[in-house]
Amino acid sequence: MDRIQSLEMRGISKSFQDVKANREINLTVSSGEILGLLGENGAGKTTLVNILYGLYHPDDGQILINGEPVRLRSPKDSMRAGIGMIHQHFMLVEKHTVLENIALGYAEAPFLFPQRSLRGRIRELSAQYGLDVDPDKPIWELSAGEQQRVEIIKALSRNADLLIMDEPTSVLTPQETDELFDILRKMTSGGHSVILISHKLEEIMDICNRVMVLRKGQVTGEARIEEVDKGKLAVMMIGRQIAAAYPKTDIDPGDAVLEITGLDVDSDRGLPAVRGLSLVVRRNEILGIAGVSGNGQQELVETITGLRQPLSGSVMMKGVPLDHADARKAHTLGITHVPEERIKYGIVPNLLLYENSVLKRHRDEPFSNWIQMNYAVIKDHAGKLVDGFNVDAPSINIRVKNLSGGNIQKLILGREISGGPDLLIAAHPTYGLDVGATEYVRKQIIELRDKGGAVLLVSEDLDELFMVCDRIAVMFEGRFMGQVTPDSCTIEEIGLMMAGSTLQEA
Amino acid sequence: MQIDLLPRERSTATLNLLILFGSLLAGLLAISVVFALSGVNPALAIFSIFKGSFGSWYGIKETVTKAIPLILIGSGLAMAYKAKFWNIGAESQLLVGAIFSTWVGLNWGPHLPAIVLVPLMFLSAFIGGALWGMVPAVLKIRFGINEVISTLMLNYIAAEFVKFLVVGPWKGATKGGYPYTDDLPAAAILKQFPLSRISPVLLSVAVAGALILGWLVYRSRFGYEIRVIGENTHAARYSGINFFRTLVVLMAISGGMAGLAGAGELMSIHHYLSYPDSLSAGYGFTAIIVAWLARLNPSFTIISGLFFAGIIVGGDAIQISMGMPAATVDVFNGMILVFLIMGDFFISHRVRIRRGRTVDA
Repeated sequence: MDRIQSLEMRGISKSFQDVKANREINLTVSSGEILGLLGENGAGKTTLVNILYGLYHPDDGQILINGEPVRLRSPKDSMRAGIGMIHQHFMLVEKHTVLENIALGYAEAPFLFPQRSLRGRIRELSAQYGLDVDPDKPIWELSAGEQQRVEIIKALSRNADLLIMDEPTSVLTPQETDELFDILRKMTSGGHSVILISHKLEEIMDICNRVMVLRKGQVTGEARIEEVDKGKLAVMMIGRQIAAAYPKTDIDPGDAVLEITGLDVDSDRGLPAVRGLSLVVRRNEILGIAGVSGNGQQELVETITGLRQPLSGSVMMKGVPLDHADARKAHTLGITHVPEERIKYGIVPNLLLYENSVLKRHRDEPFSNWIQMNYAVIKDHAGKLVDGFNVDAPSINIRVKNLSGGNIQKLILGREISGGPDLLIAAHPTYGLDVGATEYVRKQIIELRDKGGAVLLVSEDLDELFMVCDRIAVMFEGRFMGQVTPDSCTIEEIGLMMAGSTLQEA
Repeated sequence: MQIDLLPRERSTATLNLLILFGSLLAGLLAISVVFALSGVNPALAIFSIFKGSFGSWYGIKETVTKAIPLILIGSGLAMAYKAKFWNIGAESQLLVGAIFSTWVGLNWGPHLPAIVLVPLMFLSAFIGGALWGMVPAVLKIRFGINEVISTLMLNYIAAEFVKFLVVGPWKGATKGGYPYTDDLPAAAILKQFPLSRISPVLLSVAVAGALILGWLVYRSRFGYEIRVIGENTHAARYSGINFFRTLVVLMAISGGMAGLAGAGELMSIHHYLSYPDSLSAGYGFTAIIVAWLARLNPSFTIISGLFFAGIIVGGDAIQISMGMPAATVDVFNGMILVFLIMGDFFISHRVRIRRGRTVDA
C-alpha cells in the first residue's frame, strides 16, 4: 500500500446505548502534520481514535485514505493501512527485552529467532529519528519515556505512517516530554503524520500544526495553531454558555473547617503532583476546584481523605492535624468523600444495596458494635436513603451492580451526606450522569452547604462550578493559579488560569 | 447459529441451587466416562460408592468420622476464600496444630484431669494452626508474596518437621523403634460413641465451629470487612478497612480451625503423633472442594463435608469390592471440583444461543 498522504474521517457518528459519543465528526490529517485533538474527559476523543484504529465500528460515516474509502474492521486492518496507535498505558511485556517486544507480532519475522532480523531495522529507525534505546534491555528496566520510544519504534517498524498518540505526556517528565517532541518533529519532517490527544493546552500550542476541539461528542472548533492562543482554546474546550447559578441562601461562611498550608504531594509515579498548595474551606461554603484533570486534583483529594500521604505541609481538619491519616481517621474527623471513580472505590458491586449503604460508616454506632453488625438498623437506614435520595431501586436486597450509574451515585451521595458531615469532598460528582440526576446531585450539595457543611467540589465542568460554588480556585500543575468568585469573573479568565497563567496576568 | 456469553444481571437462590446440582450431575457424568473407559459399569460404581458410605450403619458412622476434619477445615477455608485469600495450606496448619497439642498432651497431660487437659489441647492446636496460618498473611501484606505459593510451600516444611520429630527428638520409648511418639495419656483421649470412631465432643466442636464461622462471615463486623476486601479491595481501602489486622485475624481463624482438626484426629483416632500422611488423608486439600461446594458459606460445610466424606468412604469400599485403583477417589474429587468451578461461570454469566446466520452491520 502507498504511504498515507492524507486521511479523512467523514461524518463519523458512534453511540453507546443512549450516549452519543461522536456526532457527525469530520477530521482530516495530511502527511507531515501534527493534529492536536483537544477536549475534556468524556468529550469523545478516545472513541474517535479507537474507530480509526479499528477497535470500534462507526454507526455512520466513512474513512478515506488518499481519497479511497477503506474499511477498518480491526487493529490489524488499521496497521496494514499504515495507522499505528500508542496507548496511554503501554502494551509491552515487562520481562522481555526491547528487541523481543518489537518482534512480538511482527508479521515478517521468521518463525525461529524472530528478533535477529529486526536488529538492523531498529538501529536504522533509532538513528533516523533519534529514538535512543538499548535493544537488549528488558522493559522493566526502562523509564516511562524509554518505554514510549519502544512503542514508537514498534509502530514505525510496522510501517506506520500515521501515529495516534493518546495523552503521551501524562506519564513523562518535562525533560522526556521535550525529547518526545523532538522525535515527533523529526518524524513529521520525514513525511509521517501524528494525531495527538491531549488536554494540556500548552503542549498543543507547542507541537501541533492544527488543532481540533471536541466537546460532548461534537467538533466545537478547528483551527491552524497560528490562529489561536491558549485562552481561545480554553473557551473552545469549555463552551461559552454558563447557565444561571442555583438559588442559594445568602450565608456568610463560618469557621474554617479544613485548612491546608504548603502541601506537597507526589503522584504514584513519584512525579510532583501538588506543590506548595494552601486553601481554606469554611462552614456554609462550597469551594470549587477547577482545572484540566491531571493537574494534581486527584492527589489533593486523596491526601485530604487519608488515601495518600503528603511529602510536606499541613492538613488541619477542625484544628486537628491529619498526620499519617488513613481513610478511617479522616472519616472519624468528619470528612466524607464522593470518589471520582465511583464504581471502583465507592461501592462493592457484588454486595447488596443495604450492605453498601453503610460502607465506611459500618463501624459507627448504631450500625454495629465491636463484634456484630446491626442489620435491622442498617436496612432501615438503607430504606431511608433510597427514599430520601430518590434512588430508583426495586428493593434494598439487590446487588448494587444492578443499579444504573446515576442511582449508584445518588446512593453514594446519600450515604456520604446523610450523616451531616463537617466536610464533603466531591470529585466529579455528576460526571456521566443524566440531566435529572445531575441536577439532583447539585441541589443536594447546595443543601448540605446551607445546613452548615463545608464542601470541596472538584470538577472539570465549569458550568457546574459556576452554578454551585461560592468560590472557585483554579489548579494547574499542582498549584492554585488564583481564586475567584463566580459572579466577579469571566469564563475567559478561568480558561487562561486553567492554561497556566496566574490571575494577575489574566 | 451463534452463541453469546452475556453477564448475568440477576441471580436467584433457586437458580444457584439448580446450577449447583447441574454441576454435580455433569461431574458425575464425566466420572462415568472414566469408569466406563476402565471397564466398570459407571452406574453400578457410583451406586456402590454411595451405598458404601450412606447405605449401612457402618458406612454412615465412618462417613461422619471423616466428615469431622473436613467440616473443621472446610469452614475455615470458606471464610478465607470469602476474602479471596487462597489458603492452600490447611494440610500443614492441621499438622502444626497436631504438633502443639501433642506437646501439651505429652508434657502436661500426666498431671491434669481430662476436663482441663482436653480444652487445653484444643486451644494449643488452635494456636499452632493460627500461627502457621498467619505467616502467609503477613508475607502477603508486608512483602506482596503470593499466598498460594507460600501456603503450598509451608505444607512441605510442616510435613518434614513432623517427620523429623517422630524419627528424632519425639520418638517414643515405648514404640519399639517405629517413628511414633509415645501414646497420649488416657486423659487426653476422647470418648467415642459405642461401636464407632465418632467422638461426641469432637463432633460438637466441628458443628459449632462451622456455625460460628458462618455467623462471623454473614453477621459480624469482621465478616462484613472480609467480604468487602474479597469483593473490592479498592472500596476496602476507601472505607478505611485495616487490611493487615483483618487478614491476619482471618488467617489465624482459618489456620486455627485446621489446627483443631489436627488435634481431633490425634485425640480421637490415632492417640499418638506419627507420619504426616497417616495423620491426615489429604483432608487439607479435600476441604478446599468442601468449601467450594458449600458456596463458601462456612455453615454449609456441614453438608458438603458429609458429602465428600461419603465419597472417601465409598471410594474405599469400591476399591475393595470392584478392584478399582486407590486414585479413583482423587479423580472423583478432582472432577467434582472442576465442574463446580465451571458452574460458577454460569452463575455470573448467561448463555444466549441465536439461531441463523449473523450479518455484520
